[in-house]
Amino acid sequence: MSAARRCRPPRALAGLFVWRLRNTGVRQIPNRFVHLYHIASNRLITFQYFNFLKRMYVTQYNKDLSQRAKPKSDSIVSPFYELQPLDREKKVVHKISPVSPVHQSWSETSSRNELREMKSAAETEDSVIPVGAESKEDRQWKEMKLRLDDLPGILARLSKIKLTALVVSTASAGFAMAPVPFEFTCFLLASLGTGLASCAANSINQFFEVPFDSNMNRTKNRPLVRGQISPLLAVCFAASCGVPGIALLTLGVNPLTGALGAFNIFLYTCCYTPLKRMSIANTWVGAVVGAIPPIMGWTAATGSLDAGALLLGGILYSWQFPHFNALSWGLREDYSRGGYCMMSVTHPELCRRVALRHCLALIGLSTVAPVLDITTWTFPVISLPINLYISYLGFRFYRDADRSSSRKLFFCSLWHLPMLLLVMFTCKKSVLEKEDKGDLPGRSCERAMEIRLP
Amino acid sequence: PPAHSHSDWIGPPDKHSNLRPVIFYVPPEESALERRLREARQEAQASNQRFWARHNRAFRQEKEEFIYSRLKAKGLEMRDESGQKATLNAEEMAEFYKDFLSKNLKKHLQYNRDWYKRNFRITFLMGQVALVRALRWLRRRKKNVEQ
Repeated sequence: MSAARRCRPPRALAGLFVWRLRNTGVRQIPNRFVHLYHIASNRLITFQYFNFLKRMYVTQYNKDLSQRAKPKSDSIVSPFYELQPLDREKKVVHKISPVSPVHQSWSETSSRNELREMKSAAETEDSVIPVGAESKEDRQWKEMKLRLDDLPGILARLSKIKLTALVVSTASAGFAMAPVPFEFTCFLLASLGTGLASCAANSINQFFEVPFDSNMNRTKNRPLVRGQISPLLAVCFAASCGVPGIALLTLGVNPLTGALGAFNIFLYTCCYTPLKRMSIANTWVGAVVGAIPPIMGWTAATGSLDAGALLLGGILYSWQFPHFNALSWGLREDYSRGGYCMMSVTHPELCRRVALRHCLALIGLSTVAPVLDITTWTFPVISLPINLYISYLGFRFYRDADRSSSRKLFFCSLWHLPMLLLVMFTCKKSVLEKEDKGDLPGRSCERAMEIRLP
Repeated sequence: PPAHSHSDWIGPPDKHSNLRPVIFYVPPEESALERRLREARQEAQASNQRFWARHNRAFRQEKEEFIYSRLKAKGLEMRDESGQKATLNAEEMAEFYKDFLSKNLKKHLQYNRDWYKRNFRITFLMGQVALVRALRWLRRRKKNVEQ
C-alpha cells in the first residue's frame, strides 16, 4: 500500500500534526491518528477546517440566533454553511427577547462547549474581542470606495473561500480515490480549476441574493450587502475566476472535467439559487451540486466516468441531506421571513425522514465500495461505527425533532465526512495490485506533464 | 456624508427593511447614461425598501398575533409573573413559519422576478458606464501623450 502512495509528497506533517492537536477539541481521539504518516496533508487540512468551522459555529450560535449556511454549489457542497464574522452584541440582545427560554439554555451549553473546545484558536479570540467595536462601526455611514488593500479580504468573502477550500478537498478526495497512479501536476491543475469554478459560482450566488442576504442574520455581513464592492465588480470577478477555471480544467486536465465544472456552476447559479425561493426541490439540486466535485476529481485522474466516480458522488450526495436538513432546522424563522422554500419550514416531517433515509443510505453505499473494487472489504467494516453513529443521530433527530438533536446531527456530519473519506482512502485498493491484474484504466492528463510509474 | 465627497455613501441597515440605504453622488458633469444608472439604482433601492419594510412589519405583526392567540388558547398571559414576555417554543412557532411562508410565496415569486430584472439592468448599465469611462480615460491619455 505504501508503494502506491510514494508519489504523495510528504508535507510538513509534523508541523501540521502539532497544530492540529493544539486545535483539537474534545472529540478527537488521538489513537486514530496513528495512520497520519501516510495520510496526505489535504486530509489534515480538511479536518482542520472542520474543527475550525465547528468552533466558529459554536461561538456563532452563542452570539447569534438562527443561522445556517449553505455552501456553494457545490454546495456542495452543499449549500452549506458559511461562517460569518460574529454579529454585534447589542443587536443580538434585542433579538434574544422574543425567543428567550429556548435560546438561553442553548447558549449556556454552547458557551460551555465553547470553553471546552477553544484552545488557542486565534480565530475565535479575534471574533470575540472586536464584537464591541464592530457594533459602533456598523452604525456609521461608510464611503463606497474600493480600497485596494481591502480587496483580497473582500474577494475572499465574496467567493466564500473557506467553503471553496472544502469543495477542493472533496474534489481531491475524488482524485485520490481513482485507481490510477498519482500525478501531481494533474492533481494541482484539477484542484486549482475546481477552486476557481467554485469561487465563480459563489460570487454569482451572492450577486443574485443581495436583498435576501441582508435580511438573514447569517448572511448580512457579506461584501455586496455591505456595499464594499459593486455588483459589476462581483460579476467581473466571477467571470475572471470562472472562465480561466473552466478553461484550465478543459485544456489542462480533460474536457469531461471541464464540462462537469461548467455544468456545476450552471446548476448552482441558475438552478439552485432561484429554486431556493420557489420550491423545496432546491435541496436535491443542491445535493447534486455537492456531489459533483468528487466526480470531477475522479474524472480528472482517470478521464472517464466510472462506477467509482458515481459512488463517490453518491456518498457525498447522501451526506448533504443529514448535513443540510439538520442545519436548516434551526433557521426556520429566518427562512420563513426571507421567503426561502426549505423542507424544514414547509415539510418538517419529510425533512427529518429524508435526513434519516440518507444516513442509512451512507451505510449501504459504503458497502458497495468494495464490490466496485474501489476499496478493500475492510472499508465497510471500519466505517460501520461512524455510519451507525450518524444514523443513530439521524434517528434521534427524526424522533425528537428538536434543536439539540438537530445540532448534534449537524456537528456529527461535520466530522463524519472527512473521517469517512480518510478511512476510504486508507482502505483504497492498491494500484499495483490492479496493475498485476492488468486492468488499469486509461489516464487522462494528456497535455499535462506526467510522472509515470514504470 | 461629507459635502466634498465624490463617492456614494452607504449607511447602517434600516430598522424595518434591514437594507442599507445608499446616498448617491451626483457629479456635476453627469452624462445621460450615468444619470440613467443612478436613477435605476435609486428606484431599485426605493422599491426594495418598500417591499421589505412592509414584509418584515407584516411578519412581526402576524407573529405577535399568533403568539397572543396561542397563549390565550393555553390560558396564559403575554407576560408572566416576573414580567418577562411569554414565548412559544420552536415547535409551536414552526407552524406559524410554515403558514407565513406559504401565504407569501406568490408575493415572493413576483418580487424575485422584479429583483432579478432590476439587478441585471443595473449591472449592465454599470458595465456600460465603466466602459465609457475607460474609453474616455484612454482618449485623454492619448491626447496627453500626443501633446
